[in-house]
Amino acid sequence: MGAGHAHRLYRHEHSPVHALPPHTKLAAAFAFVVVVVSTPREAMWAFALYAALLATVAYKARVPAGFLLKRLLIEIPFVAFAVLMPFVAEGERVDVLGMSLSVNGLWGAWNVLAKGTLGVAASVLLASTTELRELLLGLQRLKLPPLLVQIASFMIRYGDVITDEMRRMRIARESRGFEARGVRHWGVLAKSAGALFIRSYERGERVHLAMVSRGYAGSMPVIDEVTASRAQWSYALALPFAALVVCLLGWTL
Amino acid sequence: MHVPDGFINAPVSAVTGVVAAGAIAVSLRGARRELDERTAPLAGLVAAFIFAVQMLNFPVAAGTSGHLLGGALAAILVGPYTGVLCVSVVLLMQGILFADGGLTALGVNITDMAIVTTVVSYAVFRVLVKVLPRKRRSITVAAFVSALLSVPAAAVAFTLIYAIGGTTDVAISKVATAMIGVHILIGVGEAAITGLTVGAVIAVRPDLVYGARGLQQRLKLRVNGELVDAPTTVAPVAARSSHRKVWITGLVTSLVLAGFVSFYASASPDGLEKVAKDKGIDQKAEKHATKDSPLAGYGVKDISDARISGGLAGVIGVGVTVVAGSGVFWAIRRRRSADASAVSLPESV
Repeated sequence: MGAGHAHRLYRHEHSPVHALPPHTKLAAAFAFVVVVVSTPREAMWAFALYAALLATVAYKARVPAGFLLKRLLIEIPFVAFAVLMPFVAEGERVDVLGMSLSVNGLWGAWNVLAKGTLGVAASVLLASTTELRELLLGLQRLKLPPLLVQIASFMIRYGDVITDEMRRMRIARESRGFEARGVRHWGVLAKSAGALFIRSYERGERVHLAMVSRGYAGSMPVIDEVTASRAQWSYALALPFAALVVCLLGWTL
Repeated sequence: MHVPDGFINAPVSAVTGVVAAGAIAVSLRGARRELDERTAPLAGLVAAFIFAVQMLNFPVAAGTSGHLLGGALAAILVGPYTGVLCVSVVLLMQGILFADGGLTALGVNITDMAIVTTVVSYAVFRVLVKVLPRKRRSITVAAFVSALLSVPAAAVAFTLIYAIGGTTDVAISKVATAMIGVHILIGVGEAAITGLTVGAVIAVRPDLVYGARGLQQRLKLRVNGELVDAPTTVAPVAARSSHRKVWITGLVTSLVLAGFVSFYASASPDGLEKVAKDKGIDQKAEKHATKDSPLAGYGVKDISDARISGGLAGVIGVGVTVVAGSGVFWAIRRRRSADASAVSLPESV
């Protein structure tokens, strides 16, 4: 907790994208992904245009390409799945480099890869230009139930604490010579998980008592109400509207 | 298992989104019952715990390792409503912050990994706790079995969603075989860790385990050298043992009937079907609408042996029926007990 309160996913900058109210950014990112998903997969050039749109946003937000690409790596498990697809899908087959591949499977793999990557890139841009607390305020502003937002904010706030607690337990195990090598060591790991649960739950009880003693009565006071002007909305929604134009072109051409 | 954008088509994503939103709304109400006004901090901390425990890798075999999904664990430790809520919040945050799982696929992910795992595991858990003797070890065993079933159940749910709205035409049987096969393996690991974790928590703080609330020892008072039951506010549950006997008998009988008897039953078509075939009157008969479902014709697809296939389908069918039936039963009884408490309230005042 001593090392600053910005999350490592967030990239501190002073750009027009960072300055936008969080709920406009959330709405824009979600609308963009919806438009991308509903684009026909045959319109390959459309996806290139989407990528260009995102690159423009990243440039405006001063998010370096390397940072963005590194965060895209989270997608790898599904890339592996997509690569398998041409081999197992049904339908007519073509020969590529001596391998018999399904045409439908190739289209499917392309579909998942293109749309998935664009979706991940949009989420990464959102998370790296919006602070966690702002993001939660934005969710509340977008009419997510307040209780759900509170739970999410507690999860974010204490996620690092609990993870650190788990890390300390791992160090304690390892400093006593423990190394998990196989099934026989599951018991030890499970006892750690059990201890972690008890500690988390008891911490939750203490947090609740601390909150009650400070006047908590079921809802959090909102101090910094976020509002967006018409100009900010139109600035944020420029991205999904541009994407919508591309999508409509993709359907008609 | 986090589904990315573009994997499931837009209409199905929208429908699952509505399902997920409805389930979360129900869970928000239910969680208030389970945790009263402590909901926000406790559910938040439990969500953080689930988030952390998903990073706890356990070695499976040489080189490979798995990690916990946590749906069953959450349901048993903090109750089904809070469990759904915690896992959903974890998935929501993973989607928005870590880009793990697509934004439009949030509905699919929540339906699949939060709702199906939690509901299935909790239903199985409750049935087993009713059936097994009332001991601490039974809770561990029930946790093991429910976690074991919850992971393949999620795989089945994913396959169904994929069958309706998948964007590629990989044969459903292939997807089902791959998904369910892999997830049975994952389920074994999940089950062992869940069972051991629940056991570890019960050993230290049995009062924290939601699923073991009925197992606490009655308080005793020593009055004039004799042990007397302390007066409790909860009315004693009458004739529990006889109920349990009925439960056991019913479950065992239906499993035996469905599994073994259909294993030995004739694999030839039954009378009407045979007649229809002989006379050629089934030429026009349309195939049943669900003929492509994985359990169509009372057989599990891709299992060539007709008898094993039929038996397996029977057992799966009984499982689904028991879960659905006990869900209905539970809902009705809950309403009835709510009515009863509403009636009895004036007397106590």
